[in-house]
Amino acid sequence: MMTTLVYDGSFEGLLTAVFEIYEHKLQQVKIQKWEWLSTALFEDVIKIVTDQNRAGRVLQGLQQRLATASMQRLYAIHMAGFDGEDATIIGYIRYIFDSKINVEEDYGNKYVLRMAELLRMIRREKHRMEAFIRFQKLQDETFYSAIEPDFNVLPLLGKHFKNRYTDQKWIIYDMRRNYGLYYNLHELEFITLDFSTARPDNVISTYTEDEGLYQNLWKNYFNSVNIPARKNTKLHMRHIPKRYWRFLTEKI
Amino acid sequence: MDEKRIIEKLNILADAAKYDVSCASSGSKRKNENKGLGNASNGICHTYTEDGRCVSLLKILLTNHCIFDCAYCVSRSSNDIKRAAFTVQEVVDLTINFYRRNYIEGLFLSSGIFKDADFTMERLVRVAKKLRTEHKFNGYIHLKSIPGASDELMREAGLYADRLSVNLEMPTEEGLKLLAPEKNRQDMIQPMGFLKNEIILRTEEKTLFKKAPIFAPAGQSTQVIVGATPETDHQVLHTANHFYKNFNLKRVYYSGYVPVISDKRLPDLHTSVPMVRENRLYQADWLMRFYGFQVNEIVNGQNPHLDLDIDPKLSWGLRNLHVFPIDINKADLQLILRVPGIGLQSAHKIVSARLFGRLNWDQLKKIGVALNRAKYFITCHSPQFEKRDLTGTAIKQYILSQSQSKYLKNSVTQLNLF
Ligand code: SF4
Repeated sequence: MMTTLVYDGSFEGLLTAVFEIYEHKLQQVKIQKWEWLSTALFEDVIKIVTDQNRAGRVLQGLQQRLATASMQRLYAIHMAGFDGEDATIIGYIRYIFDSKINVEEDYGNKYVLRMAELLRMIRREKHRMEAFIRFQKLQDETFYSAIEPDFNVLPLLGKHFKNRYTDQKWIIYDMRRNYGLYYNLHELEFITLDFSTARPDNVISTYTEDEGLYQNLWKNYFNSVNIPARKNTKLHMRHIPKRYWRFLTEKI
Repeated sequence: MDEKRIIEKLNILADAAKYDVSCASSGSKRKNENKGLGNASNGICHTYTEDGRCVSLLKILLTNHCIFDCAYCVSRSSNDIKRAAFTVQEVVDLTINFYRRNYIEGLFLSSGIFKDADFTMERLVRVAKKLRTEHKFNGYIHLKSIPGASDELMREAGLYADRLSVNLEMPTEEGLKLLAPEKNRQDMIQPMGFLKNEIILRTEEKTLFKKAPIFAPAGQSTQVIVGATPETDHQVLHTANHFYKNFNLKRVYYSGYVPVISDKRLPDLHTSVPMVRENRLYQADWLMRFYGFQVNEIVNGQNPHLDLDIDPKLSWGLRNLHVFPIDINKADLQLILRVPGIGLQSAHKIVSARLFGRLNWDQLKKIGVALNRAKYFITCHSPQFEKRDLTGTAIKQYILSQSQSKYLKNSVTQLNLF
């Protein structure tokens, strides 16, 4: 029989759900977040109440079976917020618990393989952000950037940019999820900004004077390095999909 | 700063530098440990030109003034073009400001030859020194060394740059004589030899004394132009292999000649850029560096040119059908790596996954194997076996007919060449 588990979307909630699966010896399950509850009205539904204690026990079990890095990957995949992939995560965790040996690299298994795929998608998006973020220098010397990643990867970007720009203040703002990451020369913090008077992707009124100059120079550079005899639009588009263009100084 | 003049300089000096392809930013491990700006440990492509090449570094010439007259070069002295030169400070400002905005990973600085080799090299070194010492810049710096520069300057360059390169330009000495009679291949090889020894020395020093300065941590690379002179792929890859082996080069770049000048010694101005050939050379280069292939297995006296319609690993597979089929569930990693359609990642995944059970076609496909090619060369835990005693020609036909779009388009571009 198919049972639908409804949870609050948090990682602890998901782990609590795993606990209940084992407690009630459920075989076939679906998992959904709160907001989709209405679609599940006519099915056999269990409402998962997130429970730190139960989640903690599942987490401990996982930690015994998985290396720290694998745990972090699991967490990152959940946090990325893929639509409809909670079932993969649950399936993966069950496979890990149900196997006597370490099956993390059993790519013949559909859950292990799908987790690897999701991870690759996250890595790619993270990498694209590291590449395509363009900072603009504001009058108070903060470097500002707006982004709109497909998945929630902002928390994964902190380390990279902190190492890179230790001597400048910067903000990276996720417009889709409406929160940002701020580095104040000492540490990182999550922030939300009030954009009631300006558009988050357009802060031109607060530029420094030389910001325009360097944007111009960059656009000129981009055009100068092109070799028309080698034009290859298909390749170009594959490398920089159109949805990123409005954030790229050289493509605006 | 005079905005108009600096934009004009950038346009001229970026335009003249764009034919140099050796501009990757990976291979260094310089960390931001001085609370300064940047680190050179990532190798990120920040954008792509409309021709699909990655842009990761600010790649410019310090000047396009040049006392030499190499036939293949836009900056050559007899070419009637606008000339410009950056000051040391201008290059530093551009680099820092581009880097802070996350446009680039660092600087690739090359130059025409102002007066003599040392006069020019000294300025290149000064840019790097200023970036490192005055601005605490830890981003990537690649300096193109000027052939004939003194050992002293080369040594200083190695202290500030992540990578140094001397371009061989032509795959053979005869090619160079033909197109750049004033240049001397020995002047290019001498600094490569010097740097090789210096890098070995400094690396040993570094293991003994942690505080010893890092020296050209990303090593050296070089570039050869293909298609300007009549060398075969066999000659080109042989040269590359020689420099990988004897000079510990990190990379050899192959640059398909872009006709920029009309000259009796050069291909006609309307000749198209040999892009497919260039791509095949890079594929062959990968086979040499990561897949354990010897040059002579890829090209040799009987087959001096790479096939343009299929990739070099498939060519090799078809010429060596006696090695196949191999059982994917038993064969050594080394052999699996040689199967057309199986890349490095898939090969490693296969070897991990088969510990858990024998793999079938479906699983191989999901792991990322290009079955349209691989299926003729392997067996797995499935009843069907695709090879059916086909000849190499037949296999090639099947593969080409199934992947028309990809290969046919390439071969059309290439056909225009002849
Ligand atoms: S020496 Fe270099 S810059 Fe000068 S013409 Fe020759 S290739 Fe061009």
